[in-house]
Amino acid sequence: MIEIQNLTRIYGTTAVVKDVSLTVETGQIAALVGTSGSGKTTLLRMINRLVEPSAGRVLIDGKDTAEIEPHLLRRQIGYAIQGHGLFPHRTVAQNISTVPRLLGWTQDQHRARVDELLELFQMEPADFRDRMPHELSGGQQQRVGVARALAARPDLLLMDEPFGALDPVIRAKAQQDLRDIQRQLGTTLIIVTHDMEEAVTLGDRIAVMDKGELLQYGPPSEILTTPATSFVSDLIGTGDRPFRLLSLTPVAEIIAEGQAEGAEIPREASLRDALAECLWSGRDRLPVEGGGIVTLDSLRAQAAPTARAAE
Amino acid sequence: MAFRISRTGLLFALIGLAGLVLPFVQFKPNRIVPGEGLRLFEALSLPLGWIIGLVLGAVLIAGCLERWPAKLRLTVALLAVIAVTLALGAAATQLTPPDNTLARVSPASGLWLLLLAFTLMLADAQSRITLGLPIRLAMLTGAMVLIAVILGSGALDGVSVMREYAARSDLFAREAVGHLALAFGSLGLALLIGLPLGVAIYESPAMRRPVLGILNILQTIPSLALFGIMIPIFGWIAANIPGAAQAGVAGIGLFPAMVALFLYSLLPVVSNTLTGLTGVNPATREAAAGLGMTRPQILVQVLIPLALPVLLAAIRIVLVQNIGLAVIAGLIGGGGFGTFVFQGLNQTAMDLVLLGALPTIALALVAGIALDLLVEATGGRPKGGQA
Amino acid sequence: MTGRVLMAVALLFLLAFLASPESFAPLFEPFTRNNAPAIYTQTGLMSLTLSHLGLVLLAVIASTLIAVTLAILVTRPAGREFLPLARTVTSVGQTFPPVAVLALAVPVMGFGAGPTLVALFLYGLLPVFENALAGLTGQSPQVQEAARGMGLTPRQRLWQVELPLALPVILTGVRLTAVISLGTATIGSTVAAKTLGEVIIAGLLSSNTAFVLQGGMVVGIIAVLIYEGFQRLEQFAAARIGQG
Repeated sequence: MIEIQNLTRIYGTTAVVKDVSLTVETGQIAALVGTSGSGKTTLLRMINRLVEPSAGRVLIDGKDTAEIEPHLLRRQIGYAIQGHGLFPHRTVAQNISTVPRLLGWTQDQHRARVDELLELFQMEPADFRDRMPHELSGGQQQRVGVARALAARPDLLLMDEPFGALDPVIRAKAQQDLRDIQRQLGTTLIIVTHDMEEAVTLGDRIAVMDKGELLQYGPPSEILTTPATSFVSDLIGTGDRPFRLLSLTPVAEIIAEGQAEGAEIPREASLRDALAECLWSGRDRLPVEGGGIVTLDSLRAQAAPTARAAE
Repeated sequence: MAFRISRTGLLFALIGLAGLVLPFVQFKPNRIVPGEGLRLFEALSLPLGWIIGLVLGAVLIAGCLERWPAKLRLTVALLAVIAVTLALGAAATQLTPPDNTLARVSPASGLWLLLLAFTLMLADAQSRITLGLPIRLAMLTGAMVLIAVILGSGALDGVSVMREYAARSDLFAREAVGHLALAFGSLGLALLIGLPLGVAIYESPAMRRPVLGILNILQTIPSLALFGIMIPIFGWIAANIPGAAQAGVAGIGLFPAMVALFLYSLLPVVSNTLTGLTGVNPATREAAAGLGMTRPQILVQVLIPLALPVLLAAIRIVLVQNIGLAVIAGLIGGGGFGTFVFQGLNQTAMDLVLLGALPTIALALVAGIALDLLVEATGGRPKGGQA
Repeated sequence: MTGRVLMAVALLFLLAFLASPESFAPLFEPFTRNNAPAIYTQTGLMSLTLSHLGLVLLAVIASTLIAVTLAILVTRPAGREFLPLARTVTSVGQTFPPVAVLALAVPVMGFGAGPTLVALFLYGLLPVFENALAGLTGQSPQVQEAARGMGLTPRQRLWQVELPLALPVILTGVRLTAVISLGTATIGSTVAAKTLGEVIIAGLLSSNTAFVLQGGMVVGIIAVLIYEGFQRLEQFAAARIGQG
């Protein structure tokens, strides 16, 4: 569990982060969203003490991070940034094993770990191990960057716009993979992004920041249905709101009894996908794989914030 | 006000205080024999030496106590440099017995260290303030006028270097002209040949590797060797090609030195021309072509003006390099300040060496700074940060 | 490829010439007059070459060590205060003619190898320092951020990240220094250092073109070989970090 308590950072006379407190439960993903200059990156960098807080503290599983030597603290926390920051003079394997080697793992241990991670990220170890970063595609570089951050099995992973440099198609895949891997490993993840879509896709909790202040912190559905300020609603974008809301829930959660014609939809597809399928094929009910149906009416109900509030 | 130790100030103080402790001047009964070192306090008559020494020491120590405003430090350091220079002149006048033409008073390690400490202080202060171009130009001009005034006033006439100068002022003027002719003449030649060559390899990329490769090798040949090789070549031309000797071509003298310098200058000119031209935004070139300009028009009206800062940077490199290398011409009878340097080395007369080396350094510095300003004025980046 | 063959041929020729200069006498005879000797024999060419190279090597190693150390110091937080000054001094210092530096070292050091070594060392500091500074300050901020974020200590960052990444640029500086030193060392013979300049100057004094040519040739070939060798090394180092 990560507890951020009254964290403040002042540069000169301006407070870049003002008295922010929030808690991230173990195994959850928290997304810090805001425009540039909102203080979200500074907040993230205070967690691994790349920036020292002016006031307040950060507790990781109850332990105050101020009591740990900064470089030792950072070795326990994974860190991945936009543009990956891979060491251009080291091979993929050497890059990934950076922290394990700093921690004094044996050669066998870190070699095995490199192969394990490469496989996890769907990169053939024999093929990729000895390549130099400049011999990889953008998407591969980004995956190696994340693999490197996960190498020493950190319980906490910090990411600063990790997908910022990727094109939209690769980005969607990378987000999906990250989510899968995070669920598999149970790592707590704090991710900074300026993209509300990305925050909704990935976050179990979303923290919206503006001008150094935390405006709202809650699950995506809450942010979407009851935005705390006009700034938050602007950030969501009113036009996309119902669709974003639908994208949060899988079909499996609203299956009703019944029969329907046509192609089946997977249970893990989102309600948004189901709505799109209804509209596209002109049907008002879809059969779900493994039995049951979703109806257009139930989708419509789910898309309205009042329905959520009533739950 | 918080008292904080300035590390740079501490460095300058250490250098300067060492300068106060070490001999300020060397007094020699004549120009060849080794002399006796005198500290600043001993070199000047009683109150004056102590006053100057204490003031300089106070400035050095105050300089490391806290960060004074940069402009103040600049002014104080400049005044200190002038004071040290004038103290040298005064020491020379006071130490030399009247009517003694043999005795020599030359600058010693202490003086050099004091000058180093204060010019470093000056440079440090200057690098911390951003001054506009016109002000820096005025400062350069001011410094040159100041040096001319100090030299012209006769304040330094007692110093050994100036006595060497007095003994051969006509020759000095001739060698100065020779040095400038070598440096600027070879630059002119290099521009005359190098610019078109640069444009040519820009137009035909296949020629770039061989041309730059050859010029690179030329640049790598040590200067003494290149100068030496020029002598027989020109000697042969003078002897075997009718009319060449009459036209002034000779194996010894200005000609071989000029050509050697010219060859050294080709690489910077050609490669910078190429860099400048290729550095122009392709979109700009495309736009010019789209407007219906012909290739020569694009070159003259678009590419060359845009490449100007890079071309000027080449001129800076060449000029500074050639002013320095022209010294070697002194070894092969090519004239220039090198004549004094090598004469002095042969006779172990260090004052004579200084008479050649100091103006060369001054010339190179002025050329470097002036061209840096020019490069900046045309919109380019100066070669070495602030100067 | 042709470049590599040419270099190999030049190297073999140089070694053969130095091993037995006399057998190349016919090559230089056309350049002599009045039955002057075709090959310089006052001092062995081999021993002159070795002492020339020794001088240069010593100076280049010393300048590289000191200059890189200084560049590291002024780019650390503790030395940042010196950075603007260091930049100014390097840019001004490089306008000082190497020959003048050599001449000015004589009053301090006396004649012999001393002043040459000092002048080569002092002048050699600047290109290495300038390049090391550029290499250490011009690094990708993302790589630095990642290194810090993964918990590398400042010392580990310096040795494992900053220096390896700056290496190609530093090597360029060392190459410039080596080539300048090689040339300036020839002039060192005017202040009685044992270098190949001795052969050239003997040729100039006795109007024996053969001497001038052979002295110039040996220094020239060595300079080109060193230049090319370093360039290979730089390309190799740059290719490793994906800049080739």
